[in-house]
Amino acid sequence: MTAADAVAVLVVLAVTLYAWSGLADYGAGFWDLTAGGREGGGRVRSLIDAVITPVWEANHVWLVYLLVLTWTAFGTAFASAMTTLYIPLMLAALGIVLRGANFALRKDAARAGRRHVAGMLFGLGAVLTPFCLGAALGGIIAGRVPPGNAAGNEVTSWWNPTSILVGLLAVAMGAFLAAVYLIAEAHRRGLPGLREYFRRRALWTGVLALLFGIGALVSLRGDSPQMFDRFVTRGGVLLAAGAVLLALTFMRAARGGVRGLRLLAAGGVAALVWAWGVAQYPYLLPFGLTIADGAGAPITQKWMLAWFGVALVTLVPALILLYVLDQRGELGEDPLTSLEAGEPGDLRP
Amino acid sequence: MFDLLAASEPAQLLPARSQMAFTLMFHIILVPLGVALPALMLLAEHRGLKRRDQAALTLARRWSHVAGVTFAVGAVSGTVLSFEMGLLWPGLTGKYGDVFGLPFAIEGIAFFLEAILVAIYIYGWKRLRPWTHFKLGLPIPFVALVGAFSIISANSWMNTPAGFTLGPDGWPTDIDPIAAIFNKALPWEFLHFVCAAYMAAGFTVASVYAVGWLRGRRDRYHRLGFLIPFTVAAIFTPVQMVVGDLIAVWLFKEMPVKFAAMEVVTNSGTHQPEIFFGRYDAATNTVSGGISIPNLNSILAGNSPDTYVQGLDAVPLADRPSNVNVVHWAFDIMVGIGTLLMLFVIWFAWHWWRKRDIPSSKPFLWIAASAGVLTYIAIEAGWIVTEVGRQPWIVYGFERTSSAVTGADGIWLSFAVVVVLYLVMAAGAITVLRAMARRWRRADIGEYGDAAVPYGPRPEVEASTEKAPS
Repeated sequence: MTAADAVAVLVVLAVTLYAWSGLADYGAGFWDLTAGGREGGGRVRSLIDAVITPVWEANHVWLVYLLVLTWTAFGTAFASAMTTLYIPLMLAALGIVLRGANFALRKDAARAGRRHVAGMLFGLGAVLTPFCLGAALGGIIAGRVPPGNAAGNEVTSWWNPTSILVGLLAVAMGAFLAAVYLIAEAHRRGLPGLREYFRRRALWTGVLALLFGIGALVSLRGDSPQMFDRFVTRGGVLLAAGAVLLALTFMRAARGGVRGLRLLAAGGVAALVWAWGVAQYPYLLPFGLTIADGAGAPITQKWMLAWFGVALVTLVPALILLYVLDQRGELGEDPLTSLEAGEPGDLRP
Repeated sequence: MFDLLAASEPAQLLPARSQMAFTLMFHIILVPLGVALPALMLLAEHRGLKRRDQAALTLARRWSHVAGVTFAVGAVSGTVLSFEMGLLWPGLTGKYGDVFGLPFAIEGIAFFLEAILVAIYIYGWKRLRPWTHFKLGLPIPFVALVGAFSIISANSWMNTPAGFTLGPDGWPTDIDPIAAIFNKALPWEFLHFVCAAYMAAGFTVASVYAVGWLRGRRDRYHRLGFLIPFTVAAIFTPVQMVVGDLIAVWLFKEMPVKFAAMEVVTNSGTHQPEIFFGRYDAATNTVSGGISIPNLNSILAGNSPDTYVQGLDAVPLADRPSNVNVVHWAFDIMVGIGTLLMLFVIWFAWHWWRKRDIPSSKPFLWIAASAGVLTYIAIEAGWIVTEVGRQPWIVYGFERTSSAVTGADGIWLSFAVVVVLYLVMAAGAITVLRAMARRWRRADIGEYGDAAVPYGPRPEVEASTEKAPS
């Protein structure tokens, strides 16, 4: 395994981490968007806010890390994807702005009515961004992004059945993950009503995600038979593992279980991401650019790996501290209202 | 020749540069708050804990809440910037990514660590023990400096590229990412920016309380809220003057074209005058109008009127900054504001030395109230000097901006959408900050320092303040 291969593993790892955190954040935004009117949706939104707010920025840092990692280690592939997939990626960035504006705006308690309208408008970012990121990934998987400055078709590279289905899969998967996380959070806070609310939603988004996933594979078979073969042969085991884990999550949620639910779901999503990584290896852009051909200087790759080691040593303890303090209920203040948050479980709007 | 050049310029160059400039100039407003505001809040918290000062603790807590909001907006605009590095400048990231990308990875991790620590700090006010809370916050300013160091390193690399040679195919070889990080311009740019960040955050936070003071809210809380950040900014201002002067001299030696544009030196030679403002005409390479002081530029550059200064005529038109007037005016504005702030700080220092008090005259408070905005104008102007002054190069001397731009269409449209969304986001952030300020004012009935504060941070401290002499 070369240093460039190891950095490619980091890229897939960053995608996995972003799927766990960022994608689930969009999913939470989706549930916020669909929570209904001001009265009915208030409790749902309060739970989502309480869960998301402390970790909001941290979720999206993985995306920045992914971008930076890719342009430093695989500049050619990065530039090719960014220019050909310019439209969905610009839309994804704009969706992130919308989501950020929503985050900043919504807590202004002064005008509750307008807040809801703003929530509707900016909540669109929560659907737009995962869809566009998924569509962009779908375009790469289907081999529609050749190396070069805007060398591929700017529209059909991402607006094709495979891309659209991967985009929808990303939206559904995010909503499913968020619902699963929120089941556990509602349970922890002793809110059986909300637990049941998200249980139902986890079930139907789980079904949708499965359908989109199968659809994407079928579409890929027509689009790029070679890539499809790689998915079902080399990535077959991981694909199956992902399906089994997500099915277990689904069944456990259906029976009202809570324990281990988040781990199962996260494992399932990871397996699917890794199935893609294994299927696409050793190509950065199938089938025009390999890792070996597209990799930057080996010395840079080694520094990226070394820096990742530093990151592990510094970030992991900090993340554990944040997590422990959060779960022990030692973090309980809302910076946006500058008021104390209610006690855990107190979710009166 | 100029017309020919304009015609061969890629269609996306102007919109791409405009979009990048707009998003960077937006992001740079948030950066000083991310870099220096944590230090201010920690200073206030330290004072509050050490002297059992309720007002200082309240200030620290409120500043941390402001930092939380600006940090979130900065995370968004920072994410957009990392998209744009590829969306707009594939020729930069695609070709030189492995040379100068490493500091961005460092910044990614530093920002992440800062986000985690800020989250712990903000959300831990009520429940963590006071000194534990302070100590958990203590690394934040240093982590923020690591982040600033990384981004400044990448930018200074664009000014003084290092850590590679161009191979026969025109692509970088012999890559040394560490040499790229520690390029020649790095120490200068970094020092200059850290001073600017602390000045901007200090003067801006102080200006909020200067406005309160002008409106008659003359309590201890406002006094401290002014003094802590203002003192920090006042310490950095003279340092910045020295650093700024050294950088100009350094630029004169290392980036003569940028220096010539900044000082609008038209023809090479000795006895160069210092020209304030004026209008440069690229076609004839002459300056009209402005105030000219004979010999001063030569003296500033080399301590003698006989110093030879390279003019814009030394390089062909195609290698000169595309807009000398913008660079020159931005430079004069930056230096002008810096000088003004220096005089202002001297005024304050003089008064403090004689009377041990903040000058209470209206003119002083008016300047104090506008010092934050002025510092920000200087920062934006400085950014324009370094970026427009480097043109037409994206990697100075190696890669032209025009050859790094994307080949994709529709950048004008994305630029328009970005402007609208950023304005909405800015409006949202300002609305939130104003709503916070309103809530704080409603809560501030009564004097600071007594136990009647509605947001008394922690029971332990409140109990001890009661015992402490007021």
